[in-house]
Amino acid sequence: MTTPLLRLQGLTKAYPGVVANDQVSFDIGEGEVHALLGENGAGKSTLVKMIYGLVKPDSGTMSLRGQPFAPPEPRAARADGIAMVFQHFSLFDALNVAENIALGMENPPPMGDLASRIREVSETYGLPLDPYRTVGDLSAGERQRVEIIRCLLQDPKLLIMDEPTSVLTPQEVDILFETLNKLRSEGTSILYISHKLEEIRTLCDHATILRLGKNVGECVPSETSARDMAEMMVGSTLQTPERSGREFGEVALDVSGLSVPSPSEFGTALKNVHMRVRKGEVLGVGGVAGNGQDELLGVLSGEILTSADAVKFNGQPIGKLGPTARRKLGVLTAPEERLGHAAAPDMSLTENALLTGSVREGLESNGFLRWAETQSFAEKIIKAFDVRTPGPENAARSLSGGNLQKFVIGREVLQSPDVLVVNQPTWGVDAAAAASIRQAILDLAAKGAAVICISQDLDELMEISDSFAALNEGRLSAPRETTGLTVDEIGLMMGGAHGMEVAHV
Amino acid sequence: MDLGEINPVLLLASLMVAATPLLLAAIGELVVEKAGVLNLGVEGMMIVGAISGFAISVETGSPWLGFVAAAIGGAVLSLLFVLLTQVALANQVASGLALTLFGLGFSALLGQSYVGIKPPSMGDIHIPLISDIPVIGPILFQHDPILYVGIALTAAVWATLKYTRVGLILRAVGENHDAAHALGYKVIKIRIMAILFGGACAGLGGAYISLIRVPQWTEGMTAGVGWIALALVVFASWKPWRALLGAYLFGGITVLQLNLQAAGVAIPVEYLAMSPYIITILVLVILSADKSSAPASLGRIFHASH
Repeated sequence: MTTPLLRLQGLTKAYPGVVANDQVSFDIGEGEVHALLGENGAGKSTLVKMIYGLVKPDSGTMSLRGQPFAPPEPRAARADGIAMVFQHFSLFDALNVAENIALGMENPPPMGDLASRIREVSETYGLPLDPYRTVGDLSAGERQRVEIIRCLLQDPKLLIMDEPTSVLTPQEVDILFETLNKLRSEGTSILYISHKLEEIRTLCDHATILRLGKNVGECVPSETSARDMAEMMVGSTLQTPERSGREFGEVALDVSGLSVPSPSEFGTALKNVHMRVRKGEVLGVGGVAGNGQDELLGVLSGEILTSADAVKFNGQPIGKLGPTARRKLGVLTAPEERLGHAAAPDMSLTENALLTGSVREGLESNGFLRWAETQSFAEKIIKAFDVRTPGPENAARSLSGGNLQKFVIGREVLQSPDVLVVNQPTWGVDAAAAASIRQAILDLAAKGAAVICISQDLDELMEISDSFAALNEGRLSAPRETTGLTVDEIGLMMGGAHGMEVAHV
Repeated sequence: MDLGEINPVLLLASLMVAATPLLLAAIGELVVEKAGVLNLGVEGMMIVGAISGFAISVETGSPWLGFVAAAIGGAVLSLLFVLLTQVALANQVASGLALTLFGLGFSALLGQSYVGIKPPSMGDIHIPLISDIPVIGPILFQHDPILYVGIALTAAVWATLKYTRVGLILRAVGENHDAAHALGYKVIKIRIMAILFGGACAGLGGAYISLIRVPQWTEGMTAGVGWIALALVVFASWKPWRALLGAYLFGGITVLQLNLQAAGVAIPVEYLAMSPYIITILVLVILSADKSSAPASLGRIFHASH
């Protein structure tokens, strides 16, 4: 048997209170696309950080082509041919593409030479990129190209990709896969981290599944069903959210001819957005991040004010009303950013419950806060949504992402809204928690609320929404019935491939 | 009132002298802020530099050794800021304010026996031919060496930030320290170097006041120049040449209003005294109207595990 490219043996890494990796062993062969699967918190990120030299293992060994391999820092790992594309892009907004790439190289050539090499490599792999553009102005897909090209310029033997497709349109995913297949045919190994099982089934040769830091199994993805892989990840059977009845009432929320500039420098302006949501309907809004999602949420929540008639609730113009006035009427929102937007990180869950619940739950009287009622409201949320925390006095920051998300969504759902707008309700949440959040959204719609769900997870939107619309550069496509919509049609609604072309050579 | 008594050549020549302390402190702080650190202790580091430089040059008789000591003094004080903000991860604003208060008090203590003494003079450089050109010679080419050090430093900082890898890494650390860390750059180490550089520059600026501009030692003699330097960095949009322009503008108006006061112009002294601040800020606000933004990680605390 040939020596594998990289062999991990008994890697263990513990942080205070949690064992992130426990005796993890597996091999990555030459020219193999190896998937690393697991829930959030399963230890995937810690594992790749050890391979990339960002974290040192407590015990265990690695070997690269039979030689002992223990990179003390990323520099050393890069020198040995390991390259990594990060999940949260490790780019510098204010610098240009060439400067960003130079920062990720050991001995970068002078800027002029580097720029021409960037052009050359980017065209070879079908990822066109202008070296002198400022990264802050690029789309998410283009930013990822910067990272990939930064890796490719160093002729890596192993390319680590951490959830690369979560920000791409389906067409961009196709092009990425062609690039990866081309790399594989040139003999580069790829360690591919994702929780999108269908992708792994099409792309990867081999998969290792992690659960709670342990290697719980391996499989050949093309011969294993997505459901079986998901159950290996979770360790139990999955429950698919269900909904009872789809009866739509009259229009609850009516947005027409809405155009607003973005409040932030690198944001996207909304251009002539129309949409109507009926009572009991779930409208899914898809689209790649940064195409106006945050602005749309801001307009609906009242953080961005518009002309009065642009947003109507039950026929009443509310465009000029702020968030508190809208909450009073029954229009509630849960923004994407959990820490800092949806919740105040250093305040307790009780205080956070008060922040959005005070109007509808009557948690203040004559300017004084009613702490007893607030605490029981927080406890109600914790109980109803199975939020794992010692109690409501804990700071929001101390909760894991999934638990805080359950709290943030639960807080709005329990205020029985007439219109609920959620942005990325299950972003970074494990499968079991995601299923319970989706179920809560469906139950709310079944009770007659109008729900707008903004998300980049197309599977999620297909699962819960009745109609689907896509945001592309601040424009919203006309909503269509979800039933019968194909992935290609969705991709076109999302604006196609943003100028990408298929890999050639 | 006699405006004829104001000599334009002397006025322009003293403009550069008046601007140099401000320029030195601002260039140092610019580098610190480019690395993503907000050090509000500039005033404190300047005054400590002023007394260390003054004391050493009086004791040794060498103004050059005085300036070296001033740079070391400023850097040593900034080491306190390093300990607080980079090692103990304390809040940068509070630490900077503490540094200023500590520096003002500590320098007064050190300087008790130096009040009323005259320091050794550095002497102006004299380049044959160039320095003798009428008008231009006295304005540009008959100054002390440190003034030219300030200009050279501005050029060096500009070129380093723009063209070298060190500069690129420094900007990257200030722009996104998490990403820089993920790429394997030593964020804390780079920031410590930047803070020490800023401290040394502020120390030089302080010593320029006590050794050349005034030259004597009095308590609190930096009189807010450190705070102007901080404002200058922001209004100069973190660009070295704009900081130089702002410093010269401020220095120029300061000298001009002093001359006007001496000439007995019929404007109340208070208005004249506030004019350098107002005019400098106005001009720089207009200049900074273009799209310029602060380093994105400015003032944020970096911890590797987050």
